[in-house]
Amino acid sequence: MRLSTLLLILTVMAIAAFMLGRRRSIQVAGGYGAIRTLHSLPKYYGYYVAIWCGVPGLLLFGLWLSFGDALIMGRVVASLPEQLRDLPDAQLSLVVNDIKNMAAGQFMNPQRGAEIAVAADLYNSLRVSARWILSGLIVALGLAGSGLAWTRLRPELRARNRVEGIVKLGLILASTVAILTTIGILLSVLFEAIRFFQKIPMTDFLFGLTWSPQTALRADQVGSSGSFGAIPLFTGTLLISAIAMLVAMPLGLMTAIFLSEYATPRVRAWVKPALEILAGVPTVVYGYFAALTVGPLLGDLGALLGLDVASESALGAGLVMGIMIIPFVSSLSDDVINAVPQAMRDGSYGLGATQSETIKHVVLPAALPGIVGGALLAVSRAIGETMIVVMAAGLAANLTANPLEAVTTVTVQIVTLLVGDQEFDSAKTLAAFALGLVLFIVTLLLNVVALRVVRKYREQYE
Amino acid sequence: MAATGPSSTETLERVRAGLAARYRRERRFRLFGAASAILGLLFVLMLFVSIFSNGYSAFWQTQVKLDIYFDPEVIDPGATGEPQVIGKANFDKVVRGALYDLFPDVSGRQERRDLKRLVSAGAGFELREQVLADPALVGQTRTLWLPADDEVDMLVKGYIDRDLPEASRRLKDRQIAWIDALAEKGLVERQFNAAFFTTGDSREPELAGIGGAIKGSFFMLVVTLILSFPLGVAAAVYLEEFAPKNRWVDLIEVNINNLAAVPSIVFGLLGLAVFINFFGLPRSAPVVGGLVLTLMTLPTVIIASRAAIKSVPPSVREAALGVGASAMQTVFHHVIPLAMPGMLTGAIIGMARALGESAPLLMIGMIAFIVEVPETPLDPATALPVQIYLWADSPERAFVERTSAAIIVLLAFLLVMNGLAIWMRKKFERRW
Repeated sequence: MRLSTLLLILTVMAIAAFMLGRRRSIQVAGGYGAIRTLHSLPKYYGYYVAIWCGVPGLLLFGLWLSFGDALIMGRVVASLPEQLRDLPDAQLSLVVNDIKNMAAGQFMNPQRGAEIAVAADLYNSLRVSARWILSGLIVALGLAGSGLAWTRLRPELRARNRVEGIVKLGLILASTVAILTTIGILLSVLFEAIRFFQKIPMTDFLFGLTWSPQTALRADQVGSSGSFGAIPLFTGTLLISAIAMLVAMPLGLMTAIFLSEYATPRVRAWVKPALEILAGVPTVVYGYFAALTVGPLLGDLGALLGLDVASESALGAGLVMGIMIIPFVSSLSDDVINAVPQAMRDGSYGLGATQSETIKHVVLPAALPGIVGGALLAVSRAIGETMIVVMAAGLAANLTANPLEAVTTVTVQIVTLLVGDQEFDSAKTLAAFALGLVLFIVTLLLNVVALRVVRKYREQYE
Repeated sequence: MAATGPSSTETLERVRAGLAARYRRERRFRLFGAASAILGLLFVLMLFVSIFSNGYSAFWQTQVKLDIYFDPEVIDPGATGEPQVIGKANFDKVVRGALYDLFPDVSGRQERRDLKRLVSAGAGFELREQVLADPALVGQTRTLWLPADDEVDMLVKGYIDRDLPEASRRLKDRQIAWIDALAEKGLVERQFNAAFFTTGDSREPELAGIGGAIKGSFFMLVVTLILSFPLGVAAAVYLEEFAPKNRWVDLIEVNINNLAAVPSIVFGLLGLAVFINFFGLPRSAPVVGGLVLTLMTLPTVIIASRAAIKSVPPSVREAALGVGASAMQTVFHHVIPLAMPGMLTGAIIGMARALGESAPLLMIGMIAFIVEVPETPLDPATALPVQIYLWADSPERAFVERTSAAIIVLLAFLLVMNGLAIWMRKKFERRW
């Protein structure tokens, strides 16, 4: 039985349970005329029975979706011949993949074909029987649940309160998804990062000056030292982010000042949405723009000035990233500038200050905390930005402060380490999670500080 | 009146003396502001011009008109009519035959090979599909438009400089001569490239399309919408209407705000570690992509939904409660329907962001080279932005055009979605 059919059956059962429950409630009340003796409206009795019918089955279904396959595969692996079962984990997972592919009828692995074919048959048959058992269980649970609820229907049953309690529980669960996500992020990067730090000491990672993650496949291989000093990545990330901020901060701030203080409503109504287009453009488009247009342009410009600009220079990536961040900075600054009370401006005008003097000496100082908060958020975006640097910055981990050279960043390295074949016991793959941990912690700190600053500031003028 | 400090006329004098400089500074400051706004607009313009000028030509594809003789000797020598036999037949030979007939004086291995290269390697597949669909074609002659090779396409579109020495272009002099000869006879034409929107990826630029990527993106967005909208609305309803003021709820709120600012690639790491390695979901599947994008867009949806719920005036709630509705009935019968347009707008904007996102998808293996168009959300697929990323790395000139064209399509989708959101906000916005 397909899982979608099973879900359909469960839905039909729940609808039937709803109608039976509603009818039963009218019955126990003693007909339509006596509905007012019921505690709740009849439909709540229907919902009550339907919940008892569907929810236990759905929970079981969810559990099965999450863990069922692993359970079955455990049985299959246990049945494998000994020489396969005792393989190291990495190879065993390859065998498991072969079994799954074979079971799906995709291809044959010529090696150990016979054993895998047997295992694939077992896997398929176990899956089929497990599906049937699951279906039977879910239907039985539904019948039992709705039957139990059906017999418990009385006029004095507080059906509405029960149903609303369950709905509220659902709402609470939905709101905890955000927390679960944070925990999930933290645990998933933390565990792999800890495994990485067991192989490579944390001090080597945080303070080492060379990054070359190619680990040697053979002991006598040349050039694959496998050193994981992340300083060049950090400096590269900071260099590109600094260039981006140098572009975005003045332009974004001045644009915000122009739009909120000088522009006529008509100009504002046209320019603001036009700039917001920049915020809606996907980052992969910026990356392509950087690689296709800005990179060669900078190269030509450099040649004109007699400078040697690398084709994937930090300058190009930073410049384009800055363009991407302009609308972010300008809309945040716009908000905080608008939050400065008009009375402060009027006071300044009254003393004879010009508009620009008012802005420079009254509005900006008053808005400074908010602008700083916005800038911190912008920095956190620049550090975490991936596609632009993947497409326009280099892979070579140069330790340099020269913006005309190619540098690499944390996010570029995460992508390069994780795209393609992965072994989850090599330091190379695990290094990506260690970098991810650093990235998460740094951006989290920046966000927390920035949000706190912005919130404090907002309270000041409310 | 005894003046103790500078007299009022003196002060006025000093102010007047400085006025010109102050007004100059005022004008300069104002100019800076206008200049940065204009610079920002220029960037928008530059971005769009560079993408459009590179990409619009990909919506046309050069085709070659050939008289194809479906030679039974080549396709089905035994006249079996069985699909297996036809499927294995050498249709390239059929295409080659048509080309040799057009240029009977071309001989020699190398020359003939060059001639054959004028037509796309996919032309044979196209013929096979046609014969499989209609076996009666065998033995007949049809005049068909077949896709030209990508280099020919580039030449016809004028991207290849004919004045370059032969060694530094990818088309030889004699190939250019043949193309010109064909063009003179009206056998080469640029036609609307419908295949671009329906086919999957390919190593041959003239065969590569965004159909697979669009479908992959579509499946992902469906999963994301189904999960993130109800979850986001439910969370927003709880936080706005039912949540008590305590530390736990504060923690949830701080969490949501932080998640909205976590780099997207970190969500990709989460998807890789949890959905693929822990739960064993298939790599490269749109379902996993949808799950990751759900977690990523959830904060956006929650924040927008909360704003929408907040904008419903308390008098509506008080009236409902006053006539005896329970708190839950008030919310579900009155608050949510009134807040629905705002919530939907937020959801659409969240979806638009999810559609443009590519970094987390790289982590969960949606970057694979996939030719087939996915049929279900569990099939391996790629997404539109990732397809752009993949093509951007390809060296062929024709892929530059395709990449830009894919970007145009992506931007068009985003424009439609954002336009829809703005339209909805305008249409249903209610001032209380």
